[in-house]
Order: sequence, then C-alpha cells, then structure tokens
Amino acid sequence: MPNFYGESPAIQISPMRTTDKADTSLLARVEGILKKNNIPVNGMLFELNSVKVRFSDTDIQLKAKDILQAGLGKGYVVALNLLSESPQWLTDISALPMYLGLDLRGGVHFLLQVDMKGALSKSLDRFSADIRSSLREEKIRYKRVSREGSQIIVKFRDLESRDKANDEIKNNYEDLSLREHDLEDEFHLAVSLKETALKRMQDSAVQQNITTLRNRVNELGVAEPIIQQAGADRVVVQLPGVQDTAKAKDILGRTATLELRMVDEEHDVSLALSGQNPSDSELYTERGGGPVLVKKQVMLTGDRINDAQPGFDNNNRPAVHLNLDSNGARTFKQLTRENVGKRMAILLIEKNQKEVITAPVIQEEIPSGRVQITGNMSISEARDISLLLRAGALAAPMDIIEERTVGPSLGAENISRGFNSTLFGFAAIAIFMTVYYLIFGFISVTALGVNLLLLIALLSILQATLTLPGMAAIALTIGMAIDANVLINERIRDELRIGISPQAAINAGYERAFGTILDANITTLIAGIALFAFGSGPIKGFAVVLCLGILTSMFSAIMVSRSLVNLLYGKRRKLETVPIGQVWKPTSNKR
Amino acid sequence: MEFFRFRRDIPFMSWGKYTTTISLLTFIIAVFFLATKGLNLGVDFTGGTVMEVGYSQTADLNKIRNTLAGIGMPDASVQHFGNSSDVLIRLPTKPEISSAQLSEVVMKALRQEDSVVEMRRVEFVGPQVGEELVENGALALLIVSLGIIAYLAMRFEWKFGVAAIIANLHDVVIILGFFAFFQWEFSLTVLAAVLAILGYSVNESVVVFDRIRENFRKMRKASVEQVIDNAITRTMSRTIITHGCTQMAVCSMLFFGGEALHYFALALTIGICFGIYSAVLVASPIVMLLGVTREDLVKIEKKETKEEAVP
Repeated sequence: MPNFYGESPAIQISPMRTTDKADTSLLARVEGILKKNNIPVNGMLFELNSVKVRFSDTDIQLKAKDILQAGLGKGYVVALNLLSESPQWLTDISALPMYLGLDLRGGVHFLLQVDMKGALSKSLDRFSADIRSSLREEKIRYKRVSREGSQIIVKFRDLESRDKANDEIKNNYEDLSLREHDLEDEFHLAVSLKETALKRMQDSAVQQNITTLRNRVNELGVAEPIIQQAGADRVVVQLPGVQDTAKAKDILGRTATLELRMVDEEHDVSLALSGQNPSDSELYTERGGGPVLVKKQVMLTGDRINDAQPGFDNNNRPAVHLNLDSNGARTFKQLTRENVGKRMAILLIEKNQKEVITAPVIQEEIPSGRVQITGNMSISEARDISLLLRAGALAAPMDIIEERTVGPSLGAENISRGFNSTLFGFAAIAIFMTVYYLIFGFISVTALGVNLLLLIALLSILQATLTLPGMAAIALTIGMAIDANVLINERIRDELRIGISPQAAINAGYERAFGTILDANITTLIAGIALFAFGSGPIKGFAVVLCLGILTSMFSAIMVSRSLVNLLYGKRRKLETVPIGQVWKPTSNKR
Repeated sequence: MEFFRFRRDIPFMSWGKYTTTISLLTFIIAVFFLATKGLNLGVDFTGGTVMEVGYSQTADLNKIRNTLAGIGMPDASVQHFGNSSDVLIRLPTKPEISSAQLSEVVMKALRQEDSVVEMRRVEFVGPQVGEELVENGALALLIVSLGIIAYLAMRFEWKFGVAAIIANLHDVVIILGFFAFFQWEFSLTVLAAVLAILGYSVNESVVVFDRIRENFRKMRKASVEQVIDNAITRTMSRTIITHGCTQMAVCSMLFFGGEALHYFALALTIGICFGIYSAVLVASPIVMLLGVTREDLVKIEKKETKEEAVP
C-alpha cells in the first residue's frame, strides 16, 4: 500500500557529532534560513535526532541543500533524501514501500577489493617500528632493522644479542614467527607474520576499511548508504540517489595517513637537490618552507592515531591535536627522548602523494602520546586533515573493481518503462483470456490481479530490492502465471467434452491440473533459485522476483480462482452449462 | 470460442525421424555459429567500461570517436543506443588509468566538446570480476540442468528427465546461436533470460509428460506411439495458448522496455517459440528413443493402487 503514496524529495539535517543533539532550536534555524531565501517548503518534521524538510521537486531540493549547508556550517550533515509520503500509521505498522534498486533510483554502486599486499606491507612497517622500540627498551643492540619483501630482517653483530632478541620478540609478539639465519659476520633474524595472524589481519583490514568508508560516506551526505563485506576481501558500497558521482569516487578513494620519520640532518640538502639522494633518505619539500631530506625509515604510522581534532596551539595558530594509542605513545616517547634537539618530519600521505606538513624540532620527551602538529596550515586545512586522519587511515589500500552508476534521469525512465511493459502485458492477456474463456477467463484474470498484488506486497514486506530485470521478471511471471489458469480451464473443457456434468467437470479440472501445475512451476523455481545463488546485483533482483512470483502464482491460481469459482457456481447443484466458452465436441463421438 | 478443433490425433511421432533430423541440423548450425563468430560478450563478462551518454539532439559519432582518440582511447567502440541522441561507448580495460577515473576523464573530454552531454549510466567491471561472472553463469547453467533432471527423475522417470534436459538445452544452444549469428550483445541479463527459459521450457515438457503418463493409464491397448501422439495433440491447445500469453507479455517488454531490456526480451521470445517446438517435437521422440514403455510408468501406478487397496 505505501507504494501508492510515492515519495517526495527531502533534506535531512543531522549534527555531525553524535554527541550533539538536534533540537527545536535547530528546527527554527533551518526554518529561518529557508524563509530568508524564499524556498517553499512542503513540510518540516523533527524525528530521531534530525530535522527533515520536504520539498515539491528535486530542483528546489538541491538549491535548499546548498543554502542550508552554507548557512549551518560544518557542524551539520545535510543529506538528500526521499521521504515516503505515506501517512504515519502505515509506517508505524512497518508497511514500508518497496526498496528500489539502483538502476531504478539512480545512484552509484562500487565493489572494492582490499589490496592485501599493501596491507601486509603497512603492517610490517608497523612491526618494524615496534621491534625497534622494544629492542631499544631492552637495551639489545642491533645493527639494523629493515624490510625485505614480506619479511623483516633484523641484523645483529653477535650471537648473544640475536638470541636475546629472539626470546624478546617471541615473548612479546605472538603474531610473528622467527627464523634464524647466519651470515659470515652477521647474525640475522628473519621475522614474518604467522598464517593465522595474516588471516586475522585480512579480516580486520576489511572491517576497518568498512568503518572508514562509512565515516567518509557520512561526510558525503547520502541517506541509506549500503556498505557491506562481500566475500573475504571485498566491500560493496552503494550510494542511492547520488547525483555527483565524481565526488563520491574521489572521497571513497582518498587514502590519508600519517608517517613520522626523522629528518636526515647528516647529509647535505643541496647535494640531494642536485640529484644525488643518499640511499636511505628521500627528498621532500616542506609545506611553506624549503626542501627537506627525510629518512626513509618510518618511525610511526598513522594507524596509531586514536583521535585527531583541529584546534589552536599556544600562539593561536591552527593546529591538529593527535592522540596516539598506547603502542604509539610508547614509541613516540622513546623517539622524542632519544632525539631531543633533532628534527622530525611529519608526512601526510594522500593518494600516494607524500608531503611533509611540518618538520619541527623535538623539544623534549613527550610521554603522553599527545602530539600537536602546527604550522603552515589554515584552519580549514586543519579541519580537513583531522577528519581524514580520524575517519581513517585505511588499513589497506582498496581498488575499485566494479562500478555501476545510473544517472537519476535514467532511473526514472527505467521505472516508467518497466511499469508500462508490465501494464500492457497484463492488459493484453486479460483481454484474450476473457474473450476466449468468458467468465472463467475473467476469473483467471482476477486471480492474476490478486497474484500481482500479492507479489508486490511480499516484495515490499521483505524489503527485497526491485531492479529493472526484476520488473521484467514481473512481466514474465504474469505470462507464466496464466499458464496455471489455462491448464485448469483446458482441463475443464476436456472434461466437458467427454460429457461429464459441469459441476463435476469443474472439480475434476482443478484436481487434475494440480499435479501438472506443481511440476511445471517447481522446475522453473529450480532455475530461479540457481539464478539467485549465482547471480549478483540486478540478476539477483530478477531471481528474487521470479521465485516469489512463482510461489504467489501457484497460490493464487489454485486458491483464489477456486474460491471464486466456488463462490459463483458452488451452490448450484444443477449446473446446466458452464460459461467456459464454446466446448467443441468432436462430431465423431456423436455417432 | 475455441481454436483447436482436432478430429483425430495428429501423428506426431511418425514424423519423429524428420523432426529429430531438423533439430539436429539446427543444433549443429547453432554450434557452428557459436564456434566461428563467437558470442558478443557484454562488458559484464569481458571486463571493461560501458558508458551511456545522452545529448539533446542527434549525436555526432565521429566527433565523439575523435575526442576519445584524442585522450588516448582510439579503440573505443561508439554507437547509437536506442534513439539517435543516445550514445553507448564501450572501452576496454586500461591497466594504466584507474578505471574509476576512466569514466571521469571521458566525461570531461566529452563535456569540453559539447557541454550539454548528460551521463546516463556507467558500468565498469574489473577483469577478474568479469571472469567470475562467467564462471558463475556456467555453474548456474549446470546446476539448473542437474536439478531439473533430478526432479523429473523423481516425479516421472529418469528417461523423461534426460529427454527434457536434452530438448531444452537444445533450445538454449539455439538461442545462443542466434545471438552469435546476429552478434547481439550477450550480457548478464540475457544469461538470466536463458536460464529462465530453461526452467520455463521444461515446464512445457512436463505438461506433455504428465499427459503421457495419464494416457498410459487410460489407453491400455494403445501402443507407445499412439499414447504419445494423443498426449501431444490434447495438450496442444494449452501449449499454444500459454506460450501466446507469455509471448504477449514479452512483446510488450520488447516494445516498451527500452534498450536495457531489449536483448532480454529477444532471448525470451526465441526461447518461447523454440520452446513450443522442442516440447512437442523433440522431447517426446527422445523419450521414445530411450525406449520408454508402459512398465516404466506403471510402476508408479502399481504403487498407487497398492496404497489404495490397503485402507
């Protein structure tokens, strides 16, 4: 039923931070802004910690969105939405309208795959840093910790150190497996991740990415996004109603993370500028400053960041305040203790582009894990960077392996096309059946109508997704549903032909036909189920509608038409003729 | 009103030899086209990008082609889609450019030429996803076939199951042959249509088999051939009416469904037409070929009478 009411374009305004509350003052503000700009409003309501405003068409809706976003500022998320027009009581009994698939609504669908190699390398980076700091804490001397391929190689000068390190790492890091390896004058420890740890990392990488994506999608202001895990290393993201697909792809793809490295103060910067980079450093340009040589070794990675907030430093300059987690805090404490007076570089890595935001001098040991990044950024940049850092460092980079975008106009077109084809198909069949089978034909058509209604109701209740092939499946189901009725009617005619009385003929018709209907429909059902299991996206929509359609058609053909027939003819014992159209008897029988 | 006035049973089975030969011939021709021309696989299976863009008036395909060649995509396929102001652009996978960016790059270039261009639809399928879809499609086909054989073997007898599947796979191959011959785009939706047809045509064969079984019970003195003939003749009217009705629904889809559903509806149409043919003239001869006798079905009957005798 709610389907009949349709939907109206609307805007949903919710506060960015979940701790803030939307209240009546927000409502008043929104109203004020809209009135000031002469935007006609169809209705406003306050619901579930957000304010929803209705408009009469999408143009006004878009204008309103921009104005509201500008007027309310960044503290609120202004999202486009479609509110159903159905009256409140229907929503209360969970009678929800049908859930339209993307190809009917317009929107974006992405399938993202987690790049496990990237995740592995990041994790190894992290472990390298951790190992380094643990060894230092235990005062085990090592020569070098470096990454080679999918392993970390720790080099020692003597056997004793290596063995101590072996024990130390084994005790503290259960995810790592160690292998000893000796060269002439060096003792090596090859560290790699255990299988179970690898798998766990894969799972958590996907989970973490999902959370990150969710945060980012919220930033986009999309209502009803779908972000789900699909398989071991894939994520499905669906953003219905999104008009600006370029922006969506941009935001989803952004990887922002932080790396903390030491500035290379031993080598000469000018040498590097002329093209001779020392082997373990890289050249960057500090933002707002000059060139800087930064060591390649990563001391601290961005996923150690618990929280990032924009703010101001002591000199009232825009800054980003970071909170590190316990591991990160420990590493940072060591780093700052050992390097007082030296410069450390903070790199922001976005989309494989690295930039040194700032390279401050370490003043003192910082034990608290609170880091402040100052310098060379505006307040809005501070905000953006905090958001990116907070919403995530993606645990692992992701690639888009499948994308389907349907523009909104096409979506609407598809709906009308699907609807039309179903309508005309139904009409044509209805006319034919009635003409051929007379009243019985009419009964069949009624059953068909009931069938359709049932199907739509079922789809709505189950909140199954309706796609364009799904509508095709509806049209197909109509054709196939009629089959059952035709079977029954033909049987009745057969019986009449043989000369059985009309009442008995009706009975026999239904009985005999039942077995055949069952067989026939079940075979199509098998096909539908296979399609459902192996299909994806729109095909799944098709399969769902097909299967449900078969079930409802079996039900309606047998139950509904039977009851109608009983209603009309059951009472009359002596049935002379049955209006089933002409029943032609072969003249040879009459001999 | 009644269309089908049969005085006698039409001797279908005596045409058995001819019909089987014709079926075999069409089958071989279909396979031939599949092998030589190959299916025009849609982007869903090959991987790549498909973009549907709309202009406000007739689009100049050559200009678009030049624009695309200009940004490094000379191998793009550009064609009209539906009406003359809609254009379908197909781009193969390019490993260098991230495919998500690909559509943006193309849109920007197109917009520079003509700012009114509107993006209707973009589909990008990464190559490995494409492969997976092919695998899944093939698996689905296999499972459906096995499932149907199993079910029919249970309800009737294995010979019927096998006959039904052969007849209907024959349909499927013919549909594929048509697609190969005319090089229509074979996309995921078309595959769905094919699988639906498989289920649906088996539907047909089941009705005939059901009649055959009933006839075996009733016409005790008739030979196998006569029984089958009778069954088919009797069910003929029903078969044609149902197919006609379904075809009407599909026709409305053909005309009103727009481009997206066009090939889907086409596959369905071919399937329905050949479905009639195969149910009547292919499935049953095969059953006969496999040597079905009354005894096969009488087993079931004996079981039923036994159950009735013991109250």
